Amino acid sequence: MSKIEVCGLNVYYENGTVHALKEVNLEIETNKITALIGPSGCGKTTFLRALNRMNEVNDVMTKGKVFLDGKDIYNGGEDVIQLRKKVGMVFQQPNPFPMSIYDNVAYGPRIHGTRNKKLDSVVEESLKKAALWDEVHDRLEKNALKFSGGQQQRLCIARALAVNPEVILFDEPCSALDPISTARVEDLLRALKKDYTIVIVTHNMQQAARVSDFTAFFLLGEMIECGRTTQIFEKPKDKRTEDYVTGRFG
Amino acid sequence: MYLLERVRTFRSRRMDSGTEEKIVEKLLFIAALSSTLIVFFIIAFMFKEGIPALALGWDFFFGMIWRPSHNQYGIVPLVVCTFIVGIGALVIAAVIGIPAAIFLAEYAPAWLRNIIKPCVELLVGIPSIVLGFFGLIVIVTYIRDSFGGYGECILAGWIILAIMTLPHVISISEDSIRAVPKGYKEGSLALGATQLQTIKKVILPNARSGILAAMVLGMGNAIGETMAVLMVIGNPEIPFIPSSILDPVRVLTSTIVIEIPYAVWGSLHQQALFALGVVLFIVVAILNLITTAVVRKGAMR
Repeated sequence: MSKIEVCGLNVYYENGTVHALKEVNLEIETNKITALIGPSGCGKTTFLRALNRMNEVNDVMTKGKVFLDGKDIYNGGEDVIQLRKKVGMVFQQPNPFPMSIYDNVAYGPRIHGTRNKKLDSVVEESLKKAALWDEVHDRLEKNALKFSGGQQQRLCIARALAVNPEVILFDEPCSALDPISTARVEDLLRALKKDYTIVIVTHNMQQAARVSDFTAFFLLGEMIECGRTTQIFEKPKDKRTEDYVTGRFG
Repeated sequence: MYLLERVRTFRSRRMDSGTEEKIVEKLLFIAALSSTLIVFFIIAFMFKEGIPALALGWDFFFGMIWRPSHNQYGIVPLVVCTFIVGIGALVIAAVIGIPAAIFLAEYAPAWLRNIIKPCVELLVGIPSIVLGFFGLIVIVTYIRDSFGGYGECILAGWIILAIMTLPHVISISEDSIRAVPKGYKEGSLALGATQLQTIKKVILPNARSGILAAMVLGMGNAIGETMAVLMVIGNPEIPFIPSSILDPVRVLTSTIVIEIPYAVWGSLHQQALFALGVVLFIVVAILNLITTAVVRKGAMR
């Protein structure tokens, strides 16, 4: 079953002069990990940010339809606040707020009106799901910026989990991390897919092969090929996909 | 190509010779030193001239009456008025300037910002005498007609000084709002926060030190400003501590300007005016130090 269905998505930058995504169609399966791969500037991050309308933060024009549970997020009268609550996001650079661990995780629930009594359990649960609880449970009042990059990134995951999303978008979540932290985040991704639909942009093809169920290959703003990860990596149908996954370019 | 090569080698050979290097270095050093020396000499001169008045001690710093004709040089009313005028102007500037900065940095579309920003910057370019003149003709008249009194009063000073401080408050605040890492803002929005929540909970707390610095700097400007203020605040013969914002007042700067022409050369009166300059200098220097400290603390975090 597909959680998100993208139909004819076009995105333009710079007042329409840069056509960043061209007629992209893609289905994203529920409770699976979908990896978006491709060389730099191919539009995969733009595509990801179209899924929770984060492109709107910059001056960007979007055309096409993105259905979340059958409702068009660009036209269905869906509130962007509710959308982003349902579709969480983790960024390339760990970006915890300069406040305590507790306040970081509680940030989302607080703005959505969760009161102090329930907060403690939400924070604990989210940190446990993000595999960070054991490391920080005695230091919840410490400033988040004092922690390592890998811990910060898992904190950002916990922060996203705290608002109870259905989909989580990861924008190259490991590119700023060392191999050990990367492995921990990847384990986490596999654990999270039971409860969440995950879309991950990655530069690292091994990572896509390791964690994802489905893979979509982007090139110059077009979605070239998508399918099961094993198929994309072992029997790609398109010549360009083959060239990319075998490392002939990119 | 060949020619270019030769020019390069020629140049580098000249550099290697060393004497020119050394001479240039010395010249640069002298240039750098000169500004330091100028500041040092001015301060030294100010203190030297002001010392006899500063030596009055309690009567100078805590004296309630400033009346040169009776050889009374108490600066309390002047200092109090200076701070009343400065702080009031700053409050007005902050109330308008900070929301304006938020609008410019977060809400305004590019085209609107391209109109507003140059206008704000143009405000800095208006000579203070022109502002003072405007204040005297328009604001003072308006206050006199609608609220009574002399018209030349604290309120007029507030308005004129607020206009002068506003551009600084707006641009420094806007810069510090823009300097908040984009990741914070996106992180907050991606959690489903509204723009207003994001500004309130993430952006403003992180821009706080810059905005504070803008305030303190604005305060320094307001206290040191002379011409425009002088023209609109009334400057009563004998300064007093005001009881209403429609009272005319005298501040440190305006007192110096008004009394210098008839202060007898070398008299205690003239020395007292220099001492006023010293007080003014110290107050502004302290405010600048606070600004630097606030900015540095913000940068460290």
